[in-house]
Amino acid sequence: MLLFYVLRRILAALPVMVLVAIIVFAALRLTPNDPATIMAGEDATEAQLEAIRVSMGLDQSILVQLGTWLQRLATGDLGVSLISGAPVLDLIGDRIGPTIALSTSSFLFTMMVAIPLGVLASRKPGHLVDRALMGLSTLGLSLPVFVIGYVLMYAFAISFRWLPVQGYEPLSSGFWAHAQRLIMPSLALSGAYIALVARMTRSSIIEVKGEDYIRTARAKGATETAILIRHALRNAAIPIVTVVGAGVASLITGVVVTESVFNLPGLGRLVVEAVLARDYPVIQALILLFSFIYILVNLIVDILYTVFDPRIRY
Amino acid sequence: MTDAQKAMSDKTVLQIKGLCVALAGRGGKQLLRDVDIEVKAGEITCVVGESGSGKSLTAYSVMGLLDPESLRCTAGEILLEDENVLTVTPRRLRELRATRMSLIFQEPMTALNPVERIGAQIEEVLEIHCSDDARTRRRRVLEMLEAVHLPDPQRIFDSYPHQLSGGQRQRVVICMALILNPKLLIADEPTTALDVSTQKQILALIRELQQKFNTAVLFITHDFGVVVDVADKVVVMNQGEVVETGSRDEILRSPRNDYTRMLVSSVPSLVPQSREAVTGDVVLSIKGLSKIFVRRRILRPSTVVEAAVDCDLTLHRREILGIVGQSGSGKSTLARCVIGLETPSAGRIVLAGEELVNARGNAFRERFRRIQMVFQDPYRSLNPRVRVGESIIEGPTNFGVPRAFAMERAKSLMELVGLPVSALDRFPHQFSGGQRQRISIARALIMEPEVLVADEAVSALDVSVQARILKLLESIREKTDVGLLFITHDLRVAAEICDRVIVMNKGRIVEHGSAEAVLVHPRDAYTRALIDAAPGRHWDFRNFRPL
Repeated sequence: MLLFYVLRRILAALPVMVLVAIIVFAALRLTPNDPATIMAGEDATEAQLEAIRVSMGLDQSILVQLGTWLQRLATGDLGVSLISGAPVLDLIGDRIGPTIALSTSSFLFTMMVAIPLGVLASRKPGHLVDRALMGLSTLGLSLPVFVIGYVLMYAFAISFRWLPVQGYEPLSSGFWAHAQRLIMPSLALSGAYIALVARMTRSSIIEVKGEDYIRTARAKGATETAILIRHALRNAAIPIVTVVGAGVASLITGVVVTESVFNLPGLGRLVVEAVLARDYPVIQALILLFSFIYILVNLIVDILYTVFDPRIRY
Repeated sequence: MTDAQKAMSDKTVLQIKGLCVALAGRGGKQLLRDVDIEVKAGEITCVVGESGSGKSLTAYSVMGLLDPESLRCTAGEILLEDENVLTVTPRRLRELRATRMSLIFQEPMTALNPVERIGAQIEEVLEIHCSDDARTRRRRVLEMLEAVHLPDPQRIFDSYPHQLSGGQRQRVVICMALILNPKLLIADEPTTALDVSTQKQILALIRELQQKFNTAVLFITHDFGVVVDVADKVVVMNQGEVVETGSRDEILRSPRNDYTRMLVSSVPSLVPQSREAVTGDVVLSIKGLSKIFVRRRILRPSTVVEAAVDCDLTLHRREILGIVGQSGSGKSTLARCVIGLETPSAGRIVLAGEELVNARGNAFRERFRRIQMVFQDPYRSLNPRVRVGESIIEGPTNFGVPRAFAMERAKSLMELVGLPVSALDRFPHQFSGGQRQRISIARALIMEPEVLVADEAVSALDVSVQARILKLLESIREKTDVGLLFITHDLRVAAEICDRVIVMNKGRIVEHGSAEAVLVHPRDAYTRALIDAAPGRHWDFRNFRPL
């Protein structure tokens, strides 16, 4: 049944992807730039420009252009970069490593910090610990990634000189070299995410703790720790999983800024470079990729619901 | 009974002495004053009282389950076999729970963890208190599931709570409470949320196990019918104090305290007084009404629920027609079709000669004026942010009546429902449940309806309040000519107020007739079973004697 559900969800995601593709395509065509000028440079003659337009299909109507692009997409052909002439797929492949490393470490760090913080705050709602933590989380939510990033850089790289200022080393050049360059970016990127998840964990647990079955567990003689772990957390999981999923969106936007601040050669930087250079095929491919990831995350969240709550069946 | 057993059964298991509980904080309000209760082994002591009497608070004090943030015990002691549970360490308190004293709850639907299997939840008790290995635990749980008469214990063991019915869940809770054979069982309104036939079975089960294990039972209830059926001793509480204690017969036959007398005599009798049949104009007639819910699903069979099938009824002006049945019998569906919240799948609804199903335009709009409803829960059916007066006149102003004119009418209605005119300027939270129900009735009456549908309108109220609201409804039909469709699960209430009664089961009308005919000489087997399951049906409370 679950497999059937997953298949159905993937099928349902396809029209969404197509819609995203069309919107991306249309949005880029609305910007006042001529790709042919970008390719040929400022000094090109009108004849040269025309030749480029014909070769790229830009002389066709916009609907025909869209059709050709979608057709190529369907066969896995994302096109070539206008700037470097390299296939877009290769560009993404070259740059995806740092982004995966950064988002995975931020995600894990968030889970390890946010859920215990939320639990801690929920122990005595309204008391000092709770207020302090929730105050911090408001701060975390309101500080932009680049502010946290530069503050961290000033403190740990420039004043204390504990960590390198910026840059990236792949895992193949040693774990520590890899990890030490990820610490500050991950911290900066996790700030808002931690705040979001900790808040939801707190309120969800507080709500669950008022439920009758928690009282039943107390009447059984269970300790408060056992009640928290066995009964409260699992029942509180659904709203938490929901914001964890929704937070992935903020992670994606955060990646773009964070990679620029810390000079990580990942997909986020590639987005910025492509946008500045009006490299349409690359921008289109990246936006599609990010929305695909987002849809995938939502699917995983929906499947996790069934794991945490046996009442949910699709 | 041997002498040894007798000596054991005389043993006092629980003694509450001078218990006082107050809201936390300096000068917090006293909620319990000087409560003394004693429960002996093998004995069921019922604590009865209306809402706010402190009966549940007493139960939770014994289990040590009061929230220390908001409540504290200020005086007294609670001796569980000579051990004062108010002064033991938290660790010891946890040890005592489930092993020496256990609790079963009012709401079986929410008392179990929804995401854990039944078996694991019962096993948890053994994990906490015993050192059995996994296999022994499983065996003990299965044995106990058998002992509470659950069918197919293996399957129940592997089920989740939502896969069981309310009665089955309550059996699971009882199983959990008694698996370690505690000396004291506290039952907090354990059957209030259940249908009468399930209630009867659960009461029998508690009785059976209590005798088998010689358990002392502290049984909290608001229902005197239940008291008749289970109590050995009765403690009557009012506003945080014990007002009277005695054997079951003493309390029910010859209560000394005025409050107890009032409370006992407020319980309606199951035997209706003979009433003259109401004749005259038919205001509402329903012919062959059906409501079938079909849920179509792709690649799976559709589910069909027959909520109401081929129902016929007629209601005269000034008549009170009762529709009784258990949950899921279709009585609320019928009411929702009448007031237009559901569209019937088939059949006709005729209001004073005018067809309502598929009515358009003016007739469609007018039905919402001519048929009014009073809902079950007076705490949620009024908008908390709107003044009572505004809530009442909202209907007429929607139909174009000038505000000032509507407000004048609202004032005169306040008198009819027994509230001061100043009530119109206040907010719903400033009223008690009974007063709110009066407001709801005024809100319905201001539309000058021809039919008033009361859906379990007194079910959430205490008996003494219930009695007054029933009197009010009685006087309203005298004064306004309105026909009343009175939906209830409570046969006593139906006997008290209805001229005629319709009995529904599984969406069908199985019996109808005068209240006397249906409730005293039932012809249908289901009606008989329903009456038979009514707790305390052999007691005439009003006259303090058995029937």
